[in-house]
Amino acid sequence: MRDGGRRRLAAPVARLVGRRLLASVPVLAAVTFGVFAVAAASPFDPVQQYAGSAGLSASQETLDQLRQNLGVDGPFPVRWWDWLTGALSGDLGDSTALRQPVADVIGERLGWSVLLCAAGFAFALLAGTVLGVAAARRRGGMLDRVVTSVSYTLEAAPPFWLGLLGIWFFALQLGVLPAGGLTDTGSDTVTAGSLLRHLALPALVLGISQVPWFLLYVRQGVADALEEDAVRGARARGLAERTVLLGHALRSGLLPVLTLVGSRVPELITGALLVETVFSWPGIASATVEAATATDFPLLAALTTLATVAVLAGNLLSDLLYGLADPRVALEEM
Amino acid sequence: MTATATPLGGRPSARTLRARASVGLVAAVLVTVVLVPLLFPLDEQAVDMANKLQAPSLTHPFGTDDVGRDVLLRCVYGLRVSLLVGVVAALAATFIGTAVGAAAGAAGGRTDRLVMRVVDVFSSVPHLLLGIFIVAMFRPGVWPVVISVGLTHWLSTARIVRAEVLSLRSRPFIDAAVSGGASRWRVGVRHLLPGVLPQAGLAAVLMVPHAIWHESALSFLGLGLPTHKASLGNMIQDARGTLLAGDWWPTLFPGLFIIVPTLAIAGLAGVWRERINPRRRSELML
Repeated sequence: MRDGGRRRLAAPVARLVGRRLLASVPVLAAVTFGVFAVAAASPFDPVQQYAGSAGLSASQETLDQLRQNLGVDGPFPVRWWDWLTGALSGDLGDSTALRQPVADVIGERLGWSVLLCAAGFAFALLAGTVLGVAAARRRGGMLDRVVTSVSYTLEAAPPFWLGLLGIWFFALQLGVLPAGGLTDTGSDTVTAGSLLRHLALPALVLGISQVPWFLLYVRQGVADALEEDAVRGARARGLAERTVLLGHALRSGLLPVLTLVGSRVPELITGALLVETVFSWPGIASATVEAATATDFPLLAALTTLATVAVLAGNLLSDLLYGLADPRVALEEM
Repeated sequence: MTATATPLGGRPSARTLRARASVGLVAAVLVTVVLVPLLFPLDEQAVDMANKLQAPSLTHPFGTDDVGRDVLLRCVYGLRVSLLVGVVAALAATFIGTAVGAAAGAAGGRTDRLVMRVVDVFSSVPHLLLGIFIVAMFRPGVWPVVISVGLTHWLSTARIVRAEVLSLRSRPFIDAAVSGGASRWRVGVRHLLPGVLPQAGLAAVLMVPHAIWHESALSFLGLGLPTHKASLGNMIQDARGTLLAGDWWPTLFPGLFIIVPTLAIAGLAGVWRERINPRRRSELML
């Protein structure tokens, strides 16, 4: 029975994934084309950047030669196409700011960002569920009002500001956590213990910036579920309040929210851009900010594309979970 | 019955109080950013090293920063700049969103599908990242920031306006206007536009805190307004060194100046939402 059900699901899931992969091709083509178009319309000139002050005294001939060597002499659609075909074979160009291939930058840093985002998001899910259920138990009560007000305030607070206050409190006042980076001063090796200590504060801040959204949804979902007939029935049968709350209300209230998790990728990336910068976390998001400050076009183009891929993957995950969680939704129709 | 009416006399409800509080706060913010600069001019270049890093006191309620500037006065100026950038960017975003959404909804068919695909493409790049990219290519400054916030925030307005136009299109009064011989343009301007304006206006108000948030994030990353300019993001960025030395006030107060107007505007938008759509009792929404 169970196996049969799984087999019946495998085909629609595969078809949905396939359709989305196909649909993402024009989106990615459009985004990368847009990135090259914006660069072409901007005053930024890669030749001037490469030559620096020497460019001021160099002859036009030298500059033209340089333009050709850098591969930026053609019109932007041609450069876009060259970049795209190169990217498909794994060559994303060289970062001008970090002086290494873009693919290496991503390879070295992506893992740290994923780790930070995963830890932060896990914290947000845990805290959001616990506090959301606690608030939903008695709507309008003291706890509910405190939790909701704090949520709205935290939602309005910029993550970088929360991060700085976190550094001030945990690193400077209490002295229990490091203020940033990945390793202790004077040491280059990453050990599990030092990694945990350096990860704790950035992940906490990133998590806190994601908590309000999740918490308010859980609160709403569980509070609505508590008024459903099934819950009233469970109460009437004399089930313990704990069973009613966690077994019935939480299950039906949490499920719709969990399926939205994938659609939070853009907010997570936004948060990571700010939090990684505050804590000098050696991830991909802080590299994006460095690339932007140095107008490192090859790196920026690749990272913008990478972020788009992550958002599309998150949307797909959301739809998959939605279709799997709710039997009334047919995956074929998505 | 209006949203602020008191049920059955007696004490005002919590909702009424919240409405009054947000209206009062928004008014206070506006009066402050208009009046204070008239009364207390700020010399952006002036420094006062004798009074640097003083803790909050009666003469300097928010203390002074690392070159002796009054944090409270700079917060007010910063809020003014952030509000100005936020309002202009929100207006730009609302204009783009309303135009695109109305055009898609009114045209329908293939145009509609194509436009909505473009909206999908835009929404698959995280807003802040797209903003960072635009500012990076055009060098930081007031206008690149306004443009980058405007260009990334019109999507939700476009979706809302399009849905509203689609639902209005099938109403009898539109059919009546068309059979009465009204031109396409006249139907659009006289009948559809007034119908979508309340929704677009609400979206614009809700956009202002988002725009402020983005402006301060860009400024904090060093990709926003010129660094000497007192903007809330710049102030928090400037105060990083001070904070690591243990002095918290130059960091704390600019952040509060972002949070309080955001909550006030969101509260105001909540009141507005209940007025134009009284059946849906909404809560504060950000």
